[in-house]
Amino acid sequence: MENRLNVPTMAEMMAKGETPDILFWVGCSGSFDDRAKKITKAVVKILNACNVKFAVLGTEESCNGDPAKRAGNEFTFQMQAMMNIQVLNGYEVKRIVTACPHCFNTLKNEYPELGGNYEVIHHTQLIQDLINTGKLGLEGGGTFKGKKITFHDPCYLGRGNDIYEAPRFLVEKLDAELVEMKRCKTNGLCCGAGGAQMFKEAEPGNKEVNVERTEDALETQATIIATGCPFCNTMMTDGVKNFNKEGEIQVLDVAELIATAADL
Amino acid sequence: MVSIILFALLAVLGIGFFTWNILKVRQNILFGRDVNRSDNKAERWRVMMLVALGQKKMFTRPIPAILHLFIYVAFVITQIELIEIFVDGLSGHHRIFRESLGGFYTFIISFIETLSVLALVATVIFLTRRNILHIARFKKIEMKGFPTRDANTILVMEIILVTCIFTMNGADEALYLQGASHASEASGSFGFLFSSWLGQSVFSGFDAETLHTLERIGWWGHIFMVFAFLNYLPYSKHFHILLAFPNTYYSNLEKKGKFTNMASVTAEVQLMLDPNADPYAAPPVDAEPQRFGAKDVTDLTWKNLLDAYTCTECGRCTAACPANQTGKLLSPRKIMMDTRDRLMEYGDNYRKHGKDYQDGKSLIGDYIKEEEVWACTSCNACVQECPVNIDPLAIIVDLRRYLVMEESKMPVELTGMLTNIENNGAPWQFSPADRLNWKDEN
Repeated sequence: MENRLNVPTMAEMMAKGETPDILFWVGCSGSFDDRAKKITKAVVKILNACNVKFAVLGTEESCNGDPAKRAGNEFTFQMQAMMNIQVLNGYEVKRIVTACPHCFNTLKNEYPELGGNYEVIHHTQLIQDLINTGKLGLEGGGTFKGKKITFHDPCYLGRGNDIYEAPRFLVEKLDAELVEMKRCKTNGLCCGAGGAQMFKEAEPGNKEVNVERTEDALETQATIIATGCPFCNTMMTDGVKNFNKEGEIQVLDVAELIATAADL
Repeated sequence: MVSIILFALLAVLGIGFFTWNILKVRQNILFGRDVNRSDNKAERWRVMMLVALGQKKMFTRPIPAILHLFIYVAFVITQIELIEIFVDGLSGHHRIFRESLGGFYTFIISFIETLSVLALVATVIFLTRRNILHIARFKKIEMKGFPTRDANTILVMEIILVTCIFTMNGADEALYLQGASHASEASGSFGFLFSSWLGQSVFSGFDAETLHTLERIGWWGHIFMVFAFLNYLPYSKHFHILLAFPNTYYSNLEKKGKFTNMASVTAEVQLMLDPNADPYAAPPVDAEPQRFGAKDVTDLTWKNLLDAYTCTECGRCTAACPANQTGKLLSPRKIMMDTRDRLMEYGDNYRKHGKDYQDGKSLIGDYIKEEEVWACTSCNACVQECPVNIDPLAIIVDLRRYLVMEESKMPVELTGMLTNIENNGAPWQFSPADRLNWKDEN
């Protein structure tokens, strides 16, 4: 990597007496999963390129509690939530961006009642804003010109929070051809990972959900499947491998597409 | 005079029995836990107007939506005619509003007749679709037996009802042409859009006596079917025609992704995290120990239970469910049907044997299998699809909460995931100290 990433932590910022404009909540997947780390880095590259004054919690971050809550363990969820809220409130965090719709949903919707009130946005919304305000140009583009890209709606971004347009806005900015799957937006089919399914084997059935969803994507003839969720990314990547199409079809996060197109 | 008494008796019985059943349903629903849905009244009215009255969510599938609209509008508008039937029935008059309303009366009845024809067409198509075409969502296992018969019963009742209306109006038209209608001394045509044609064709060959009998059969048949229909509702999936309104009014207005935060857990967690809390403090005297999550219907909220009664078993939730589509046992519709069936059983036991009676059964285990509950991806497709804003996901989550927090029963991998979160703050076994390592990796 030519340019080292500039990733200040909240603790470092505070020691310097500075306050970031926004906290980047990386999430467990973005921190530990090898594939998702690339998405995290793409987000950071964009933030760095736009000179966004941000910080991460680093080792002070902990699971937001979504998988525990969805698995039915409200105790573990609320323990996590309240500990995270103590940290976030301790740093007087006002705005949070995250590249994971599960972190996004939990922080945005479920933390307020427990004492954590923040403006929480998904990374696709932030990037849309950076483009709209002229901070991020895509002059280096052309990489994806004319390519067929389909967008898989993450449930917790789409149906869960009614955000359908921000990621599509970004795909269209690539000068690519956005092709919709037969089931998209409110009708989008789950990738199969939500509700803590990511962490367990599926119940007995006749098919895996991610295979069913990958079929939708293959039907579009797209060469790139774009997502906005690290778990969807994993599921769709596995789905593509299931059809031995990994040579022809890439599964990429919208942030990765933008970072590549902007030559970051 | 005899017919007035008969009519009054029928009306009292019909309305009385229905009221008795409604009170039972109300009692059953109120067995549920409390949840506050009294906020934001303006928005609630708006949602009800759009979703229940305006059928907004039906129109994601335009063809069934239009056919359904025919039946729905016919049902609503026919109620106007019922006013006259009631007044006639109790006063011994015949078509009491005809003289005073004049041309407007002709218009109203013609309008009702038009809608009745459209409803008849829709009903026949729906019967065909359910019984001849192969539509997967109507053939799922939970539809075996009564649910399928129930759907057909309602449609057949609809056909009988419409037939009665046209027998009544057609025979009366033929009588009027002969100058023998009770509606008028003179002879002529009522000028109703469809029955004036029926009177001249189908019913023209009968003598006055037969026509009077046919007209009465139609009239009595109509009102009898109305009461039969009304009283069948509480036993049927068809209850949605009434409950869709309160059910959409009390919709969850939050983002679908937001799950409830259990207040009972918040209290405990605060106690754990607050160094100044007194762990030996006596709980408030009136505090009833509450189960975590839902084992039985009484652990659900009244809105979950209202949802269950409102479900008309259309199966759009199940058709959209990723688990169901990939052959798993979970069907959101079955969750709702099981909840309703168990609630009816629980309510009957309560009324028969008293408050403390236990039949040893519960919603989870006896009705819903754990395997169903664990197949859910919480994707909200079922919630999105439901034309009357039912939330099967809320019930599934509460069942999981019971299994995990009260019984420690869950797929073994989830135990590991939860332990990881508790020990190292991530669902996988990584050290929290390594959380920022990605920054310097290539």
